[in-house]
Order: sequence, then C-alpha cells, then structure tokens
Amino acid sequence: MAQTKKTLLTQPLVDNNPITLQVLGICSALAVTSSLQVALVMALAVTAVTGFASMFISVLRNQIPGSIRIIVQMVIIASLVIIVDQVLKAYAYDVSKTLSVFVGLIITNCIVMGRAEAFAMKNPPIDSFIDGVGNGLGYGALLLVVGFIRELFGAGSLFGITIFETVNNGGWYVPNGMLLLPPSAFFIIGLLIWAIRSWKPKQVEEREYKIQTVEGH
Amino acid sequence: MPDVQTQKQGPLARFLAMPPDSTPKTVFIAVALCLVASMIVSATSVALRPLQEQNKLIDKQKNVLQVAGLYEPGMNVLEAFSVFEPHVVDMATGTFTDEFDATTFDDRAAARDPELSIRLTDDPAGIGRQTKYATIYLLRDDDGNIDKVILPMHGYGLWSTMYGFIALEENGNDIFGLQFYDHGETPGLGAEIDNPRWKALWGGKKLLDDQGELQITVAKSAPAAGSDFHVDAIAGATLTSVGVDNLVRFWMGEAGFAPFLETLKAGDI
Repeated sequence: MAQTKKTLLTQPLVDNNPITLQVLGICSALAVTSSLQVALVMALAVTAVTGFASMFISVLRNQIPGSIRIIVQMVIIASLVIIVDQVLKAYAYDVSKTLSVFVGLIITNCIVMGRAEAFAMKNPPIDSFIDGVGNGLGYGALLLVVGFIRELFGAGSLFGITIFETVNNGGWYVPNGMLLLPPSAFFIIGLLIWAIRSWKPKQVEEREYKIQTVEGH
Repeated sequence: MPDVQTQKQGPLARFLAMPPDSTPKTVFIAVALCLVASMIVSATSVALRPLQEQNKLIDKQKNVLQVAGLYEPGMNVLEAFSVFEPHVVDMATGTFTDEFDATTFDDRAAARDPELSIRLTDDPAGIGRQTKYATIYLLRDDDGNIDKVILPMHGYGLWSTMYGFIALEENGNDIFGLQFYDHGETPGLGAEIDNPRWKALWGGKKLLDDQGELQITVAKSAPAAGSDFHVDAIAGATLTSVGVDNLVRFWMGEAGFAPFLETLKAGDI
C-alpha cells in the first residue's frame, strides 16, 4: 500500500484507527474519558509521546541490536513519558493531579509500542514522526468522542461547564451515573466500533472459521 | 573493495558500521542510551522543580482556603492566603512555640527529622513517625476573635498517605470542614474523599461528646453516640474510609491536637 505523508497522518483517524480497528490502548481509554478536559490532555500527551518516540526510534533503527530492541524502545518511550509528566506537573498541575498514574501508564500503552515496532523500526524518521502523531490523534479523537458522551450524559457538563442542570444542583437533568464509571466506556467504544464497521464494511474482520455447506446432489 | 574503504574511515564510523547484533555494539548501545536518557530526564526534572514546588505550595494554600470555606475559583491564592495566621504548635504542650518561623516551617520534613519527631508505637494512622511540631492556621473575624482553626492531618488509606486539613469552629469541637489535598487513592472509589458531597457531610459534626470523650467516627451506620458524631463511610472504599476514621481520631486524640484544643477552649490563645 503506497503511503504518502498525508495518508500517514489521516489514515489512523478513521480508516486505521488504533482503538476501533486495531483495538489497542483500550485500558487507558476507559480510565481517562470520564471528563473531556482530562481526555484532551491525555490525547495530547499520547500524541506527543508516540510522535517523538517513533521519530527517535527511527533515527536509531539501523543501530539498534535486535536482541535488546524492545528494551531500547522502552527506554526511549519511558524517558519521553517522564518528561511529559514533569512538564504537566509544572504547567498544568490540576490536570496532572486528575490524570495521576495514567500519564505514567502511557509507557505501557500498546499504541506507542505498536507503532515503534510495526512502523518506526522500518521507516525513515520524518515518516515515523507523522505516523506516530497520526496514531496519537486517532487515539485522541476517539477519546474525545467517548469523553463527550460520558461527560455530557454522566455529569451534564462539557469541559466542566454545565450544559444540563443536574437535579442535585436544582435542575431537571438526572445524570446517568454509570457513564462516569469505567465500564460505560466499554459499551460506548463497542457501539462506536459497530457504527464505524457498518459505515466502512472493509474494516470487518474475516471470520476465523467457515461454515461448511454440504452440496446436495 | 569494502576492506579498503573501512580502513580509510575513522574509528567511530567503523564502529557504527559494525553489525548491530555484535556484542560490543549491543553493550555500547545499551550503556550510551541509558546515559543519554538519564541525563535528559534528570535535566528536565531539575529544571522544572521550582515551578512544581510553587504549584504544590499554591495547591496546599488553596486547600486551606477551601476547607475554611473562603475559596472562589479564579482568586489569587497567594494573596487571599494572607488572611490566615500561621503558628507552629508544640504538640505535647498544646501551646505556640516561637522556635520556628511558621511561614517556612515544613511539617513533612520535620516528621522525618529524628530531632523533631518521635517514633510511634501506637500508630493507628499508619504514619510511622510523628512530628513534635505542626503548623496550624488561625482565622480571625473582624474584631480579632478567633473564628476558625485549621489543623493539618495525615494518615494511611488503602494505597497512600492522605494529607489533609480539618477546619474547626472557635469552640474547638464543632467541625466546619475537612479536605484532603494529596493522596493516591483509587480514582472513582477511594478518591471520592474529594467528592464535594461527601466532604459536605463533615460540616456541623462534633468531635467530643458532653463527657469529653472523642466520639467522631467514619462508619457505615451511626454509632450509639448519635448522628452528630457520625460521617457516612464511602461505598466501595471501605479501607480508605477506615483510614480516614483512624487518622481523624488519631489527630484529634491525645497523641494529636487534643492538648492544643484544650488550650484553645481555655481561651489561652
């Protein structure tokens, strides 16, 4: 498949979305989507980390010994994540308190490792950077969609600004408390995967089994 | 002709041209990468430390303001904080001490300093060492009378030490509010100690009953002493709730601020 720089950036948004097609990075998607602000910061952090991690790994790709390649990738990713965490603590203290351990857990986010291993080890730095950013944005886009649904219907607000006045504050809206709990993200992501695959049937995976038909004579 | 070319190159180029899987190169890459990565990470950490410390200070002061019911979003925290009168209290005698500067005294550092702390044998709050001196904040009304006192507390929850403040009315017995500013409890479960609705349960509760017994408790059902001394435990966060119960009872008890609260009630401040 011929990939231009533009398709590298845009393909992961829908056609090759890391969450809905590759089904990676689900655990953090469950944890950080209960409010939009947190989801946005997490999306930016992951985009920065996948982009730069892919770039640095790609720069070193011809020198990385195969025997310690995963460790080398982990060291690069982990260093970047620590830097992102430190910057958040310095410039966005409140958000970093809400994100707490999830920034650190970007290290284990399968998307970052997946792009390093699948793309950056075989492609030049600039392409790898764009691919990393594209995948980060694909992850981020889904995070924002899920965060939008969860915050609006779970807390009646968007970015912390009240949209539906909730009953507790004397309004009319009875918030759906389940949407604030992590399992609701499972349902929302599942429904989104269904919707996207109905829209783009090419994404539907082939069955691993085939029902045999017996031809009658 | 590749051999001739290799000999013309410098030692570095020859090294880079070695196959990546050779042992010297594997060792070199591993060591070099670790060195570079550790230098970058420590440089970032050192460069950003002052900003992070400042953020922590503002956050702590913001929480003192919140627990006293004075915080409004968007206010200048450092400026608003000047309404408080910080004092260092000698925990054993319950009186103010002038030995330390109350604006810079660091409770957490003191709790680690063998000179300024004691090892606890009876340690329900799970804090290990207790400081002999603690910073408290007084809030006075317009006539100069004490309006509220804000006392620091900390103790172990499920995963982490929870640091917080309790605000008491001038009688030293009625709770105005309680707030944690630093903890690592599970988001959605134990971290619900930050939930405004749960925090609001603390307002109007009392520490001691008429006989002077410490009765305040965090539990699933109200104790015999009555609902004035009971805060409902958080559903799904039993161990965090037990931790809060232990730390409040510890810090409001004899080993904690009880001597100071006696001084306060006697009107000696």
